[in-house]
Amino acid sequence: MRHILSILLENEAGALSRVAGLFSARNYNIESLTVAPTEDKTLSRMTIVTTGSDDVIEQITKQLNKLIDVVKVIDLNEADHIERELMLIKVRATGKDREEMKRMAEIFRGHIIDVTEKTYTIEMTGPGHKLDAFIKAVDEALILETVRTGASGIGRGERILKV
Amino acid sequence: MELTGAEILTRCLEDENVEYVFGYPGGAVLEIYDAIFRQDKFRHVLVRHEQAAVHAADAYSRSSNKVGVALVTSGPGATNAVTGIATAYMDSIPMVVISGQVNRPAIGLDAFQEVDMVGITRPCVKHNFLVKDVSQLADTIKKAFYIASTGRPGPVVVDIPKDVTQQKFKYSYPTSVQMRAYTPVQKGHPGQIKKAAQLLLDAKRPLIYVGGGVVMGNASDEVRELARLLGVPVTNTLMGLGAHPGKDPQNLGMLGMHGTFEANMTMQNCDVLLAVGARFDDRVISVPQHFLSSPKKIIHVDIDPSSIAKRVKVDVPIVGHVKDVLADLLNVLKQSDHKQADITPWWKQIDAWRAPNSLYFENSDTIIKPQYVVQKLCEITGGNAFVTSDVGQHQMFAAQYYQFPEPKRWINSGGLGTMGFGLPAAMGVKLAHPDADVCCITGEASIQMNIQELSTCKQYHVPVKVINLNNRYLGMVRQWQEFFYGNRYSESYMDALPDFVKLAEAYGHVGMRIEKPSDVEGALREALAMKDRLVFMDFITDQSENVFPMIQNGKGLTQMDLPPHMRNLQVAPPTPVSERDYGNLC
Repeated sequence: MRHILSILLENEAGALSRVAGLFSARNYNIESLTVAPTEDKTLSRMTIVTTGSDDVIEQITKQLNKLIDVVKVIDLNEADHIERELMLIKVRATGKDREEMKRMAEIFRGHIIDVTEKTYTIEMTGPGHKLDAFIKAVDEALILETVRTGASGIGRGERILKV
Repeated sequence: MELTGAEILTRCLEDENVEYVFGYPGGAVLEIYDAIFRQDKFRHVLVRHEQAAVHAADAYSRSSNKVGVALVTSGPGATNAVTGIATAYMDSIPMVVISGQVNRPAIGLDAFQEVDMVGITRPCVKHNFLVKDVSQLADTIKKAFYIASTGRPGPVVVDIPKDVTQQKFKYSYPTSVQMRAYTPVQKGHPGQIKKAAQLLLDAKRPLIYVGGGVVMGNASDEVRELARLLGVPVTNTLMGLGAHPGKDPQNLGMLGMHGTFEANMTMQNCDVLLAVGARFDDRVISVPQHFLSSPKKIIHVDIDPSSIAKRVKVDVPIVGHVKDVLADLLNVLKQSDHKQADITPWWKQIDAWRAPNSLYFENSDTIIKPQYVVQKLCEITGGNAFVTSDVGQHQMFAAQYYQFPEPKRWINSGGLGTMGFGLPAAMGVKLAHPDADVCCITGEASIQMNIQELSTCKQYHVPVKVINLNNRYLGMVRQWQEFFYGNRYSESYMDALPDFVKLAEAYGHVGMRIEKPSDVEGALREALAMKDRLVFMDFITDQSENVFPMIQNGKGLTQMDLPPHMRNLQVAPPTPVSERDYGNLC
């Protein structure tokens, strides 16, 4: 099953490679990994999307907690949470496709952030499956380039991950 | 007054009460070696290969309660240390390894003798540091010792660029460590401990399974008291030997791949298992499916939560320091008015499994049996020697036939299985315990992986006894080739062996060759009597001897290959798959 792990870790050189190294050394999957500093400059927040049975996820959580640089780990899937991902997608937009592409972007609540005579670059956020749906909806031949950040997640309501 | 980084480092080591540093100099650590030259608080032991420095520091730590320290230079010095670091990591040994690094501006430029030590060691250390400024040095060393020795212990690498050792800063050693992300637990959960006590009292077929965590956690007394209080059987893992006395009637010996028949049968058929500081690894329980096919309740005490439910799910997990948890468990048991279930029938069954003596071997008048050498050594030393070993048949014979009365006497590379460990390890142990008998049980293949340390032993006057069980084969490889590869002994014969007697003498030691069984005892006595000499004893042993019992890969605990005298024994099939149906499998 797919799980989203939220990790607070020391904002130290090498902390990212410790986490990434753990996943490869122990043969765990990483679907996506995002990391950036938080409002507290000494801490980074990482979101890892991984797949595995409950036992594997439990081991991943334990192994992550064992890393000296990891301050806290939660499995967002244990309760309500919000997941968002940013995608930048460059598409061919000429002739009749131009208007159609604009409409599609609007339907998916994307923004066109760069325009040339032949292309649009669309910015879109949402849960991963929404971005997947957009890619599916657009004619494959028109997609020139996609960049996705991987999911970021946060608990709903009062559920807070903080030191 | 300001000190250089190198001086700060040596002051830190002094303040950590370090007694010995095992190391080897080189370009990146010259400043540190100069500071070592100018101090007299700790001794430096110059090894002949960096791997040996790390093994010696490791064994120094294993045999005492102190953190071992090794010091190596950058590049090849650092990479040579990696095998030693991985060895310590697999067995959870507290150790601090200091490696030199090239000057900071040169890092990443493929400088001479540059290697990314932090990157290379990341998967085989508890933690590592690159010291980027001298102002962080003392703090980092303090943290390194703290991390290495607390929680589940392990090696910590501190990589120090040469220019940091030359930078100056004011020295003050921190008195405490604050790390928000690292807070090892100590006490077990009281509710879980009560549950465990209840299960143990109700058990009809209980067993205590003791691992290296009990040795490292100094919880041997608690294990003994618990075993006595409940009158239950105890089995040790390879790493747990000595935690419960090998000769105690309640001790079933080692379990696992080369464990005794009774230990493995008891492990499989118990109804309540108390696992303490052990991790259900593949060489112990073999195939989890088979192990769990007989229903049992498992209580697992370990300081590392990730060791629990890694290979088998457990019913009562208790995370905490084994010593504290066992002390609390003992208190609960002593105060309980709950009557313990009758375990007499269980003991009757165990005694029946014991009766054929699975460690019996046919001794010979003409050829030396390796088991006999170990047996005699145990007898002559009264079990009181420190025994280090390398890896292979001799290691298993040592584990089976030397019955350790105390923990921290049996020093071997259990997890990584590192050949070449034994001699440098013996060196580290002897320096920690100068008055004790220290024997390195090895084979003619393993000993050659770090034989250069005979020179270090000469220089520092380290009179250990090397017991070379020389069968002219990579014995364990040969055994597997005999069993699984149709006697095709591919590259397992050690040809062109040196004359070990002459070799020992060339290094300035005493060499002996023993070829007749009748000479074994006399030779051992003679060697052990030479208290101030290193004696290299080359025992020419039976080439065809195999280690029994043995569990082949993929087989279950009860599906042992038994020694010849037990081949006709009817082994009860494992209890059929229970209603829990592998539910405990991870």
